[in-house]
Amino acid sequence: MKILITTQRDFVAQRFDLTAEVVIANVENGQLVGKPRAIIMDRPSAEDLCNMIMEENIAIVICGGIEDRHYQFLTWKKIRVIDFIIGDYETALQQAIAGKLHPGDLLPLSRSDLSL
Amino acid sequence: MMKKTFAVPGEVLLEDLLAGFPHASAVLDEGFKIVAVNRMFEALTGYGRDVAVGVYADFIFRSNMGNNRGQVFQRVVETGETATIEGDIVNRSRKKIGIRFTVSLLHTRRGSHTKGLLVVLEDISAIEATAQKMLSDWSSDIIGHSPKMQAVFDVMPLMSQTEASILITGETGTGKDKIAEAIHRNSPRGKFQFVKINCGALPPDLLESELFGHVKGAFTGAVRDKPGMFKIADKGTIFLTEIGDMPLSLQVKLLSVLDDRAFYPVGGERKESVDVRVIAATHRSLREQVEAGAFREDLFYRLNVLHIHLPPLREREGDTRFLLDYFLQDYATRLGKEIQTFSDAALRHLLNYAYPGNIRELRNIVEYCANVCRKKNIGKEDLPAYLFAQVQAAAPKIPAPDLTPRREAAGKTAASPEDRQAVSGDNWTEIEKKMILEALTASKGNRAKAAEKLGWGRTTLWRKIARYGLG
Repeated sequence: MKILITTQRDFVAQRFDLTAEVVIANVENGQLVGKPRAIIMDRPSAEDLCNMIMEENIAIVICGGIEDRHYQFLTWKKIRVIDFIIGDYETALQQAIAGKLHPGDLLPLSRSDLSL
Repeated sequence: MMKKTFAVPGEVLLEDLLAGFPHASAVLDEGFKIVAVNRMFEALTGYGRDVAVGVYADFIFRSNMGNNRGQVFQRVVETGETATIEGDIVNRSRKKIGIRFTVSLLHTRRGSHTKGLLVVLEDISAIEATAQKMLSDWSSDIIGHSPKMQAVFDVMPLMSQTEASILITGETGTGKDKIAEAIHRNSPRGKFQFVKINCGALPPDLLESELFGHVKGAFTGAVRDKPGMFKIADKGTIFLTEIGDMPLSLQVKLLSVLDDRAFYPVGGERKESVDVRVIAATHRSLREQVEAGAFREDLFYRLNVLHIHLPPLREREGDTRFLLDYFLQDYATRLGKEIQTFSDAALRHLLNYAYPGNIRELRNIVEYCANVCRKKNIGKEDLPAYLFAQVQAAAPKIPAPDLTPRREAAGKTAASPEDRQAVSGDNWTEIEKKMILEALTASKGNRAKAAEKLGWGRTTLWRKIARYGLG
C-alpha cells in the first residue's frame, strides 16, 4: 500500500493545489518499507497531482486543505483522502500507519518552533 | 481559559474588539500564531477558536497569498506598512473562497515594540462571481446605449486592469469624472483613495502645494506639514482634471513623479515615494496645446498611454431621449412629484437641441422642468426660456453657445440666410458663433463637413472654434 503526503518542508502542505513537493511511503503489514521517497513537482497543480496519485497507485493521500472537486475525484477513484491535517508530515505518516490519523487532526507538534 | 488582553487604551479584550469588525479577522502574535479570532473568521474558515488559537496562522488560513515562510507577515513587521493582497483560501468545507487579505501591524503605545499583526479577511467571492456581469455593466451609473458609448464601455474593463496612465478627453459635461471614477472603482486599487484635483482651479503655487504637499515653514502660513494629494492617493488613483490648464513648471514635476514615483514636497528635503495611478482629463486638445507650446510633449506622451475620448451628446444617437427620461424620473422621485413624461412639443424641442453643455446641461434642463412643472406632463412652457431665445427677434441675454436649438421648420438649412437675418441684432462675433454652431449641429459635429458648409477651410473653422471657446 502506498501513502502520499503533500509536504511543505517538514509539514503537511497547507493546500493540495499549491503543493510542489510530495513524499511517497510504502507500507506493508502496518510497517514502513524502505525510506519514503520525496518528489518535487514541476509546478504546483492539483490536476498534475491527481494524475500522479493515479499513476503511482496511491491508496491513501494525506494532505491539508483540498477543494471538494479534487476530493470527490480521488474518493471516486477509491483513494482514501485524509485532509486538513495540521502538523509535521513524519508524525502524520506514523499516525496513518498506526490507523490513528483522521481528517482535520491537529497533531502534537514534534517541533517547538512552528515558524515556516 | 484566560482571555488575552491588549495594550490599547485601558485593557480591551481582543475578542470584543474583533467582534465589531464586519469581516473575518484575526490577531497574530509576534511568531505569527493566532491569538484571537472573531465569529466571522470561524464561519469563514470553518475553524473554531478552540482549534485556531495558538496555531501558526497559515495552517488555518490555507491561503495562496504568497506568505511562504511568513514572508508577507515579516514584510509588514519590517516596514510597518499595511499589505493588501487578493487571493483565496480553502476552508474546512473544502470550498475555495476569494479573499482580500489586509495585514497590518499592531504595536503597543509604549515605543515601537511590535506586539503582533491584525489580519482582516474580506470575502470577495460575491464580487468575483459577478465580476463578469460588472464588466458588462459599467453603465450602471454611466448611462448610454449609443454605439460610441458602447465602444467606451468595451475598453473600460481592460483599462481598469492595467496600471498605465489614462488620458480622458471630451467636451465639458460629457462625464469624464464619472468614467475616471468607474475605472478606479473597478480596478485593483478600487478600495483605496480616489483623489480628484482640478488643475485649472488653483494658482500655480497653491496647486503645487496641493499636489505634492509642503513642510512646515516652507512658506508664510505653512504652520504644519501637509501631505499632498499624491500622498493621500497612495496605492489609489489620482484624477487630474483640466490637465491642459496645468502650468508648465508643474508639468515638469508631474512628469518626474510619473517616471520616478517619488517627489519632494514643497520646501522638503526628504523624497516621498508613492504608488499612484494617474488618470488625467481635459476638454482641450492636448496635441494642439503641445504644438502651441503650452503643454510639454513628453508629459503628453507619458499621460496618453491609454486614451478614452468621450463623444459629445449630439453624437450619441438615441441617448438624449434615454437620458431625458432617466433624469426626469430621478428628479420627479427626489422632488416627490407625479411627473410622468414630456409632452410631444416639449420633447421635439428637447431632442432638437444641440446641448453644447452636454449631459450636465441636459440634466440641469430636466431639473428646471421638474421644478417648474405643475402637471403630469412637462409642456413646452415648462422648458427654460433660453431654449427659445434664438427664434426671438430681440437680442439674446445669454451667450450664444447656449442658443443653438436646431431649426424646427422644414425646408430650412441650419445656416440658412434667414437664420442669419434672425440674429442680425447681434454683433458679427455672435453671428459667426451661431453660424459655426449651427453648421456643426447640422453636420453632427463633423468639422470637415461644417467647414465645407460654411465655405471655410478646416483650419479656419478650427481657429474660430478655438477663438470662441466652442471646442
